[in-house]
Amino acid sequence: MTDFQQHALQLADAQSSPDWLNDLRAQGAQQWQSAAWPTRRTELWKYTPLVPLQNGDFKRWAEPAGGWQDHIEQIDLDATRLVFVNGVFDPEASSELPPEVVRFGDASAEQKAVISEHLGKVVDTERHLFAALSNAWVAEGVLVHVPRGQRLPKPVYVLHVSTPTAEPATANSRVLAVLEDGAEATLIEHYASTADEQNGFVNSLTEVVLKDNAGMQHYRINMEEENIFHLGGVHADLYRSARLRGFTIAQGSRLKRVDYQVNHKGEGADLNLQGIYLPRNSQYVDYHTNIEHCVPHCTTKEVFRGILADKSRAVFNGRIHIHQDAQKTLAELSNKNLLTSNKAEVDTKPELEIYADDVKCAHGATVSQINKGALFYLQSRGVSRKEAEIMLSFGFINELLQEVQEPAVQNYLGPRLARLFSRDNELLRHISYE
Amino acid sequence: MLSIKDLHASVEETNILKGLSLEVKPGEVHAIMGPNGSGKSTLGNVLTGREGYSVSQGEVTFNGKDLLDLGIEERAHEGLFLAFQYPVEIPGVSNMEFLKAAVDAKRHHQGLSDLSAVEFMKTARDVIKHVSLDQSFLKRGVNEGFSGGEKKRNEILQMMLLEPSLCILDETDSGLDIDALQVVANGVNAMRNDDRSFIVVTHYQRLLDYIIPDYVHVLSGGRIVKSGGKELAKELEARGYSWLEGEVA
Ligand SMILES: Nc1ncnc2c1ncn2[C@@H]1O[C@H](COP(=O)(O)OP(=O)(O)O)[C@@H](O)[C@H]1O
Ligand SMILES: [Mg+2]
Repeated sequence: MTDFQQHALQLADAQSSPDWLNDLRAQGAQQWQSAAWPTRRTELWKYTPLVPLQNGDFKRWAEPAGGWQDHIEQIDLDATRLVFVNGVFDPEASSELPPEVVRFGDASAEQKAVISEHLGKVVDTERHLFAALSNAWVAEGVLVHVPRGQRLPKPVYVLHVSTPTAEPATANSRVLAVLEDGAEATLIEHYASTADEQNGFVNSLTEVVLKDNAGMQHYRINMEEENIFHLGGVHADLYRSARLRGFTIAQGSRLKRVDYQVNHKGEGADLNLQGIYLPRNSQYVDYHTNIEHCVPHCTTKEVFRGILADKSRAVFNGRIHIHQDAQKTLAELSNKNLLTSNKAEVDTKPELEIYADDVKCAHGATVSQINKGALFYLQSRGVSRKEAEIMLSFGFINELLQEVQEPAVQNYLGPRLARLFSRDNELLRHISYE
Repeated sequence: MLSIKDLHASVEETNILKGLSLEVKPGEVHAIMGPNGSGKSTLGNVLTGREGYSVSQGEVTFNGKDLLDLGIEERAHEGLFLAFQYPVEIPGVSNMEFLKAAVDAKRHHQGLSDLSAVEFMKTARDVIKHVSLDQSFLKRGVNEGFSGGEKKRNEILQMMLLEPSLCILDETDSGLDIDALQVVANGVNAMRNDDRSFIVVTHYQRLLDYIIPDYVHVLSGGRIVKSGGKELAKELEARGYSWLEGEVA
């Protein structure tokens, strides 16, 4: 076991947690300590070295902090709001919870049963080491459980705030959403930090279960200051005719890795997943997606786009695995990358593994620079090169942004993303966000 | 307005323009015809400053300034406009943003402030009617999924909004049906005045039935090999270009 693994186990020991989660915690701890530590030879971690995390001094839990409100802009929407600061629930900043939403510690007997049935069961901890760690650490967490045929009237907005602490520290985040047959909900997870230099490590994990005909819009917005370490995952099981519409965005940081794993387990399930990553400076961001088509007649449409500036690095690994029984699968995967600097680097690896013979699948990946023809076109109309470059960069991701269903999210992201390309309002004045 | 003297230009080390000279005075309409590959688009690209084209000899003055010394956007600010043979599609950037950026850039150069969104919308909505495009084309991505004809109308829309002093139309008529052709011609005719000049590059006499040129030139092998009045276009239509080959030599 590495020191890092050892310290992580000590952190689990230092927690207080509800007794009924003990089995899962023990199982997580067991997997965590017996796992071989990933190296560059570990396929899933081939491009993303964990060394900087491993060398970090993450021996304590982060303390809650006040005064963050003035430094974090929340998404402006009418929602059920749960705010965690450095992993600690902030009741003041949170709203009253409807019966469908509960923190693990407050769960009723019935809700405990739902949690016990699904928590840690969607995610494959053999494959996802840091999900095992999340199990070992599970204490606090949010359950969204929507009963059969019901529609959550308001979106659930989970805001996870990071602030720097006196010494490097760790925060854990856990969300479970279970939508019964025909239920519908919108879940927005927002990982934010103050603008100060961060020194923390966030391990976040979300599991989603969509039963027959259930529908969910899921957003995962990961925009933190660049010194943070963040390993996150979203894992979903889709049963018959369930629909998951996912949107994910990440700015880079010292180390940021987000895994999406979606399992089509019932016929007719549909996944639409869109992602944007925007590393710059020396930031790093890694998206690994894995979609398992286990049964016939399911559809996947996955589009990821990245813009890499400066000396940043990104990894996109998109795997779609179509099992032998998954006839009549429709699957599309596209990954496009725009490099705005010749020192930026991206590794893109779309992988289709197809074992069924009657399927329609397409995948493509591109890495390019700003389109010269488009640049010339804009300049020939009198637009300055600088402004033209920004308009084209924004346009590259705007195509995905325009498809964001929740207007509040779109309104939140538009101006912020534009400002990533320039702080000069003169250059941003012709960018519109809808 | 525009004076081109003995212009030699190359693309990727291949000489395309080989001593081209042309004088365009305010208010004049010049048609340039010529076989495929003779350098017509190259001329437009060199004049507008496209990357990859190098001028080895000759000079171009535009309104008294050394045109070749100006940056791409400066040429636009000075009143030069090229309607592209193949307009670029830019998904993700709305036509509206694009057009407003262009109009504001010109205003900025003139020392004026940006148009307000409302003012611009009003103007754009009005002008787009003249090119017979639906208002919805303002909201779509620049040329995204536009048909060939719609792209060309969008070029004319830009021309009408920017009110340039010299407009170069590069085969704007190619591939257009008669209705679209008339839209283009009406756009040009509506903008014709004593100060504004046009260079209309075309393959077909047809367009020149609607836009009556003052001069017609034949570009062949990178040079103007023959110039005349509007009747030259008719002659070319009837006889093709081969009879001129003798004059190249
Ligand atoms: N980017 C380029 N690279 C290489 N050759 C080019 C390029 N653009 C044009 N050419 C060549 O230059 C010549 C003139 O092209 P062009 O100006 O497009 O002709 P026209 O518009 O009269 O049909 C052609 O032989 C063409 O193949
Ligand atoms: Mg041409």
